Amino acid sequence: MAGRPTLAPVFIAGAAETLLGKVTDQSELSMVALAAKEALGEAGLRLRDVDAVFTNYMGEEGSVQLGEYLGLQPRYAESSDMGGASFEFFIHHAMLAIAAGRCNVALIGYASRQRSRRNRKPAITATDGTLAAQFEAPFGIHFPIGHYALSAARYMHQYGVTPEQLARVAVSARKWAALNPKAWVRDPLTVADVLASPLICDPLHKLDCCLVTDGGGVVIVTGRERARDAAKMPVRILGAGESHAQWHVAQCPDLTVTPGAVSGREAFAMAGIAPGDVDVLEPYDNFTHAVLLYLEDLGFCAKGEAGAFVEEGRLDPGGSLPSMTSGGGLSYNHPGALGILLLIEAVRQLRHEAGERQVPDATIAVAHGTGGLAFSTASTVVMARE
Amino acid sequence: MPSLSDRNVADPMTEPFWQACVERKLVIQKCTSCGAHQFYPRPFCLACESDKVQWVEASGQGVVYSVTTVRIPVVDELPPPYILALVDLEEGPRLLTNIEGGNVAIGDAVSLGWRDRDGLPPVPVFRPARRSSARGDA
Repeated sequence: MAGRPTLAPVFIAGAAETLLGKVTDQSELSMVALAAKEALGEAGLRLRDVDAVFTNYMGEEGSVQLGEYLGLQPRYAESSDMGGASFEFFIHHAMLAIAAGRCNVALIGYASRQRSRRNRKPAITATDGTLAAQFEAPFGIHFPIGHYALSAARYMHQYGVTPEQLARVAVSARKWAALNPKAWVRDPLTVADVLASPLICDPLHKLDCCLVTDGGGVVIVTGRERARDAAKMPVRILGAGESHAQWHVAQCPDLTVTPGAVSGREAFAMAGIAPGDVDVLEPYDNFTHAVLLYLEDLGFCAKGEAGAFVEEGRLDPGGSLPSMTSGGGLSYNHPGALGILLLIEAVRQLRHEAGERQVPDATIAVAHGTGGLAFSTASTVVMARE
Repeated sequence: MPSLSDRNVADPMTEPFWQACVERKLVIQKCTSCGAHQFYPRPFCLACESDKVQWVEASGQGVVYSVTTVRIPVVDELPPPYILALVDLEEGPRLLTNIEGGNVAIGDAVSLGWRDRDGLPPVPVFRPARRSSARGDA
């Protein structure tokens, strides 16, 4: 088939969440270590089999710190900061490295205790000499809600998208969360509830914004030979793509388009699929309007039409494009960098082990990550049940 | 004028911008080869790669590209609520700024003002333009 990868097949052979929610009896590193054991167990592998380490936000030279903690000396390593989407980027990079024979077993891991430690910084300071300090900090832009609010306001103005349509995304996420025992919030939510929650930065209400929780996870990537020994069904990585755009919000020429337009096109072309082939979508739902932009940029609907697209419940359980099936960053868990959890939920769905929230006959899933400040980075991963 | 870069208020590339702010002048770069304006400054023109870039004073007229009201505390100097906006300058470059002295909507015309800061150069902010606003798609 045209566009099919010519690479040797690569799989996610293990996937595990860390402890989630509020974690007070483990450190970030011990959370990753415990999840690594669980994910490697699924893959039928041991720590000593790991020869590649990928992480972000695990301290300075993070892969070194995580590698040391796990007793690993890899022959392939990366701790690039691509924000919350780093883990989708890492799948892309691990896939190519494994296919090229540069490593055999890649461990991609992350954990945060941002809720317990209350260590999120809301603003940059005006005197650290960076461009953001000079040209953003003096104006009191919240990092990142201010950036996303400017994107949402422009998007709604340009395409006539309504606050109710944004809120509908949060309602879909909550419907899925109600089916997931691990979700942080599971009580019913209505569009009216979202609109009644306080405005944070117009047009974003509190319930248009994701959770702030502890959490993380580990994913094990390997080639066919090792994947054959997996205790659970390995999931094939069909394609991946990546891109990035601006850091400073004023440098973005069009805040209604994300770099997902590039990463999605690349990933779908590599996988040889079209949006209509996707059974499950795991979008990086850090803000409600973000999901609308992804739907457009990934080609599920035309530009400006995502508001109407979600209104009839297409993203809900039983909808035509089941999305945020864990409950997403809006209702299940958002550990600061959500991308790792998008991959894990996609694996659960493709293995048909998602319990009450299982999408019937799910064969192709897409995890779409974003990172940084109002869509600075994007990476898309297409996975399939073989 | 003492160097602002030495205090981490500016950097060596942006020093002329912040020095101009002290005199309440908004300056941006203009390429004398292709005529493009750019901001923040770079050592050459991003449009044509010519190194013939020079500082010019902006007209101070612009149009709101996007706007939000911040309702949570972010920095001590700005008690909420306050207005954060992206303004497209007449010359082309887009600035992150605050709107003071009235509300604005996307597409509204705005003009330059200044906000003083303790021990730091004033920053360019914008106010609703006095002429009738050119409401519409920016």
